[in-house]
Amino acid sequence: MPEALLEVRALDAFYGDFQALFGVSLAVAPGEVVAVIGANGAGKSTLLKCIAGLIRSHPDAIVFDGEPIGDVPAHALVARGIALVPEGRRLFPSLSLEENLLIGGQLGRHGPWSLARVYELFPRLAERRHMPSTALSGGEQQMGAIGRALMSNPSLLLCDEISLGLAPIVVRDLYTRLPRIVAEGTSLIIVEQDIVQALEAANRVCCLQEGRVALAGQSASLSRESISAAYFGA
Amino acid sequence: MSPAFHVEHASRSSRIGTAALAVVLLVLVAAPAFTGRDDLRLMSEIFAYIALASLWNLLAGYAGLVSVGQQAYVGLGGYVLFAAAIVAGMQPLAAVLIAGLIAAAIAVPVAGLMFRLRGHYFAIGTWVMAEVFRLFASQISTLGGGSGISLPASIVISMAASRQMRELEMYWVALALLVIVLGAIVLLLRSRYGLALTAIRDNELAARSTGVDVWRIKLVIYIAVAFATAMLGALIFLQRLRISPETAFSVNDWTAYVIFITVIGGIGRIEGPIIGTLVFFLLRRTLADLGSLYLLMLGAVAIAVMLLAPKGIWGFVAGRYRWQLLPLERRLRFAADTRTK
Amino acid sequence: MDWVNVIIQGVLIGGLYAMFAAGLALIFGVMRLVNIAHGDLIVLAAYVSLVTTDALGLNPLTSIIIVAPVMAAIGYALQRLLLNRTLGDDLLPPLLVTFGLSVIIQNGLLELFTADSRRLNAGAIEVATFPLGEGIWIGAMPLLQFLAALAVIGSLQVLFYHTAFGRAFRATSDDPSVAQLMGLDNRHVFASAMALSLAVIAVAGVLLAIRANFDPALGPARLIFGFEAVIIGGLGSMWGTLAGGIILGVSQAIGARIDPGWQVLAGHLAFLLILAVRPQGLFPKVQG
Repeated sequence: MPEALLEVRALDAFYGDFQALFGVSLAVAPGEVVAVIGANGAGKSTLLKCIAGLIRSHPDAIVFDGEPIGDVPAHALVARGIALVPEGRRLFPSLSLEENLLIGGQLGRHGPWSLARVYELFPRLAERRHMPSTALSGGEQQMGAIGRALMSNPSLLLCDEISLGLAPIVVRDLYTRLPRIVAEGTSLIIVEQDIVQALEAANRVCCLQEGRVALAGQSASLSRESISAAYFGA
Repeated sequence: MSPAFHVEHASRSSRIGTAALAVVLLVLVAAPAFTGRDDLRLMSEIFAYIALASLWNLLAGYAGLVSVGQQAYVGLGGYVLFAAAIVAGMQPLAAVLIAGLIAAAIAVPVAGLMFRLRGHYFAIGTWVMAEVFRLFASQISTLGGGSGISLPASIVISMAASRQMRELEMYWVALALLVIVLGAIVLLLRSRYGLALTAIRDNELAARSTGVDVWRIKLVIYIAVAFATAMLGALIFLQRLRISPETAFSVNDWTAYVIFITVIGGIGRIEGPIIGTLVFFLLRRTLADLGSLYLLMLGAVAIAVMLLAPKGIWGFVAGRYRWQLLPLERRLRFAADTRTK
Repeated sequence: MDWVNVIIQGVLIGGLYAMFAAGLALIFGVMRLVNIAHGDLIVLAAYVSLVTTDALGLNPLTSIIIVAPVMAAIGYALQRLLLNRTLGDDLLPPLLVTFGLSVIIQNGLLELFTADSRRLNAGAIEVATFPLGEGIWIGAMPLLQFLAALAVIGSLQVLFYHTAFGRAFRATSDDPSVAQLMGLDNRHVFASAMALSLAVIAVAGVLLAIRANFDPALGPARLIFGFEAVIIGGLGSMWGTLAGGIILGVSQAIGARIDPGWQVLAGHLAFLLILAVRPQGLFPKVQG
């Protein structure tokens, strides 16, 4: 049993006085793809933000590579190998696409991903490299956002709702690239509204409901009914 | 048919506060009977600063218009008064009102220009405006140009029967102006416009989306504050009997001190400027000998307050004990509600 | 012919104003902060140069080598320790804190150096002139200042648009939250921006001190000139800021030619005119 790359242990998360996560636990092994699903407001994005360091947590609540990182700020976690593809893409409007990619890699972490390799993964981006990021289509922006995160050569990539607002065919195309990313040595946590896509792409699934883990297990072995029940609450 | 609810403004502490203020007011009105001329002048100065700070507080703390150029209207008021008295032969105390009206008229195009700037740039823009006023004033040779002018003795004497009467008149006018300014502010804040202002202060975008005409309210407030500030300026320089561009449009006297008073006392609360002014004058009494060191310390204190206690002295105290000096809360009371607190 | 001279003088001093403006615009661009103490920091740089030249016997122009890093370090510390704590949605804290800072710097300088007017002596270069044909002469010093302004603004432009450093500034300015996800520490980026701004201020301050008399109270006027140049030029690019500075300088020069007392006022009026008819400035950023 490989040692977990990431362990989330009974994580509580707060926005001011409002509690968004209650004792959430999760583990990701190296080379795994874990999908986190749940209705709007279930706490999926919050979970990713905690792991990425945008929200502060108790130090021991999140352990990465054996080190407690719950209270480590986001900019320091990138250096350790955690990258987040934020919800809504959020490419930098003042930067061109290529500049967005370059800034993703500005820490200079070693690894398989470089500008050339990202363009190999997403050929469409190469054609548009000098365009302002705001001029790209939704799908291209999403590719750009993923590429930008890859440029930091993360060992753990967090993807927050990459299918949001995109046509199904574009989403399917995106998801065909994910195995390449895993093959190069990056583990994935994907937050998804599209349950079918999530189940197809992931080894394991975790379903959140109102800030709590309602269901977790191998994606292949979970039944439709149990997922429905966990998603919507019995 | 009576409404099912009404809005209550007073609380227990504000009832006590208002009563206390009424007593203080009576004492102040009667003050000339037991205080000397110097102290009366000092008190007039304190009244002026409380009023100026309250007006700045209204502008910046409630309407979100942070101006570092209110000295424009203080100076404008002073110069209009001198012009009206010297050139037009008007009774000086009557000219105080004229100063206010002219300032209000000028404030309209000024606002038209200034409102094109936002936030910090608005602040500096108001400063530029004050500089423009100052430079124009120093070009007017009939009013002394760059070195300024004194109020001719004939006009001074014509103000009242004796020097003592004159000093009394100006003291009471200063007190009256303060009461009017504070009273107007309280009434404004209690009204629907006050509610709109609080909404604007908290979240301008949200306020606009509930139908509050933000731009127009800000314009009205700006003009009203200019009007009152100019009257105060007119009175201040009338008391000094002398005006010059440098003193009339001094950033230190009319903006730096006012801002420090309001910040230290507490922005966005009506009691703040009162507390702040008293603290300021206390400090001045004890530290004024230090000259520029005094200003330096004032700056440091303002920074410290802004970072550590951004609500100022009153904000800190009132926040803890939920005090209010004046009846400005809003509580809904339903007809069937028989609770008293 | 006289008017040509006037215009040229205006253009040359416009470069100096553009430098005042560049530092201001840089900060506003990166972190939406307007530093009311900006002008006072320019004056502070002049005094730092004074102390340096007195102590080491340097030519003021050479002292820039020391003054610039010193001011940059001051800027970094200032932002990191004080101003970072004021950033946020509320407009009042940074404005009031920088205003307090302005008062502190002015009065601190007053205490240390008194209100006496000072001037830095750059030697023979101050009186050298170049003929430009047809009876027009350009002073070497003003020309040097203008070229320095071009160099500074050009460098800033290159820095912002062609280096990783500049990318970091632009990204943090766009989206401070996502910038963190790139490994950028906002506190450090903001402090670096302030350090850069003060380095520019250092150059501007030394050149100002050579050109004219200075005393502790000069700050606010420099802030206003810088601010007017920014608004006239528009918040788009550094070159727009240069244009704004030049237009301000020329307006002032024309005003001075009509009547010496009108110099500053003419600049204010030009600023108000632009504000009235084209508030976004002459070269605003084209929104994508």
